[in-house]
Amino acid sequence: MDFKQSFVMAIKSLMVSKARALLTMLGIIIGVGAVIVIISLGDGMQNMVNENFESMGTNLIMVGVMGRNSSRSISEEEMFSLAENNTDSIAAVSPVVSCYSKIKAGSEPLDSTSLSGISEQYADIKGLELVSGRFLQYADMLEMSKVCVIGSYVSDEYFSGGGLGETLRVSGESYSIVGVLDEKAGYGKGSDDDYVYIPYTNAQRINKSSRVSTYYFSAASPEATDMAKWLIENRLQKTFEDKNAYTIISMSEMLDIMSTIQDTLLSVLVAIAGISLLVGGIGIMNIMLVSVTERTREIGIRKSLGAKKRDIRSQFIIEAGTTSAVGGIIGIILGVSMASVAGNAVGITAVPSVTAITVSFGVSVAVGVIFGYLPANKAAKLNPIDALRYD
Amino acid sequence: MIELRDIYKLYHMGDTVVRALDGINLNIDEGEFVAIVGQSGSGKSTCMNIIGCLDVPTSGTYRLNGIDVSTMDDDRLAVIRNRFLGFVFQQYNLIPKLKVVENVELPLLYSGMGSSERRRRALKALDRVGLSDKAGNRPSQLSGGQQQRVSIARALAGDPSVILADEPTGALDSHTGRDVINFLRELNDDGRTIVLITHDNSIALKAKRIVRLSDGRIVYDGDASSPQAVVTPQEED
Ligand SMILES: Nc1ncnc2c1ncn2[C@@H]1O[C@H](COP(=O)(O)OP(=O)(O)O)[C@@H](O)[C@H]1O
Ligand SMILES: [Mg+2]
Repeated sequence: MDFKQSFVMAIKSLMVSKARALLTMLGIIIGVGAVIVIISLGDGMQNMVNENFESMGTNLIMVGVMGRNSSRSISEEEMFSLAENNTDSIAAVSPVVSCYSKIKAGSEPLDSTSLSGISEQYADIKGLELVSGRFLQYADMLEMSKVCVIGSYVSDEYFSGGGLGETLRVSGESYSIVGVLDEKAGYGKGSDDDYVYIPYTNAQRINKSSRVSTYYFSAASPEATDMAKWLIENRLQKTFEDKNAYTIISMSEMLDIMSTIQDTLLSVLVAIAGISLLVGGIGIMNIMLVSVTERTREIGIRKSLGAKKRDIRSQFIIEAGTTSAVGGIIGIILGVSMASVAGNAVGITAVPSVTAITVSFGVSVAVGVIFGYLPANKAAKLNPIDALRYD
Repeated sequence: MIELRDIYKLYHMGDTVVRALDGINLNIDEGEFVAIVGQSGSGKSTCMNIIGCLDVPTSGTYRLNGIDVSTMDDDRLAVIRNRFLGFVFQQYNLIPKLKVVENVELPLLYSGMGSSERRRRALKALDRVGLSDKAGNRPSQLSGGQQQRVSIARALAGDPSVILADEPTGALDSHTGRDVINFLRELNDDGRTIVLITHDNSIALKAKRIVRLSDGRIVYDGDASSPQAVVTPQEED
């Protein structure tokens, strides 16, 4: 049977009864549209998350030191020398000491702002950029200088963007602001921009503890990450002889974990959207069954003129496939435009993937063909005289 | 070329059995023009459907061009219909959403002919019935007589040796009806076998041979010019 003619006829009959065609295709349109929206936004979100993570430094290795008991510990100096002795793999290291002290600008408390004690290498590790002033220096650590570097949000919010040279009160002491960082995450309050950095030695004093439970390392290159991890692990294992005493996680591992979580979430959503494709398929089957009944006489005529079972069957299957393919195309167009509108609304750049579009088009055609089979077979099996007599 | 041997067609309606064909023996040779006549319900259409391979008999054998078709399955019968038989129905049976020319192309489509050759032959058949100017129209835009001519063109398109016409004039006025019959006669003059079903005696008289059915049996089979062909004792409506 002529594919082209069946296809053209299918398109024509869709055009003749547009309202009905639309109803037939509705499930497919919704299903495909939803899949496209979910995948486009999901990919967009994944990109955004990845960018954010990457902005934290792709070569970053985060080390947590819980220790085992008070008898064993590792000092900052030991960590620094680990880095200095392995410059091939490790580019930089900084202790990260969180403080929960009050910060005030004048009399105004900085409630949402985080306070972190770090070393001079921290800026390189995290890829921090300054808009004005300088970063913390080695001498600041040694001298425990009362200096700090502030994030862009702190500068904008409490000093109208001009924080440099001003002072903050940290834990009752006056710290002069020597540097203001460039905007990083762009999320304002509570974000990476809402930060005050002081020398880690000062943070240790404020915390009244020399314990450093977090170190940030940066690998010399992405390829060196594994080597760096291995070196750090070896060193920590030598001190603690206990794998549970520390954690080492690289940014690339974090990214992997994140994308696994996102992929799982996405699959669940796509599966839900897939159910609507199934419903769409049943809709097509329903309408095709009606169509077969309505066109019994036509089927009889075709059979009387020599159409074989498979001619009739393929005619109706092509029709069902064409219907769902058209539905799929409408769904794709709708999905792509809705994804960009919705993406704009929530601040995600929707990424309509070619794979998602191709696959959902293929799936919609397949749904039509599969669900068109039963009605088509019913049509094919009609007895020519019964069909001719039908009216 | 058409050989019906002891053909029975029974329909079971609950407890009763309707003997639509009750032992038909009939030979039709190539080039004949046969009219099958009889009252409504006498079995004409049933007989025609079997001759046309649209239906199979309950028992008996049917040979078409020497091939036993009485036991063939659907798809093989479809091929036989496509190759050897052309149908003209009372209700024209054109597909409304197809153009006139596309309707005529259908038997060629199912014979697997390429699209340009199909179009060429369909136009030729339309030309034969004098409707080539209506090729692009929809059937509904044509008069009844024109539609019947399109269905004749469709029957002719595949160049079958037998044309079966079941009450082809039933839905037409007597004038157009006569035109259609005259056209069938022309086709017969070209050597095609024509089997015509009618309950109209004046139309039947245009055939060369008349087969009269009554209650599924042949009660007369002979020359159309014989007086017996038209009037039988139990039939006068
Ligand atoms: N599909 C069928 N089921 C039951 N009875 C049928 C069927 N087709 C025909 N008949 C019966 O067979 C007899 C012959 O019918 P038919 O061949 O259509 O007669 P005609 O064409 O001469 O009017 C009638 O009694 C009719 O009711
Ligand atoms: Mg009849």
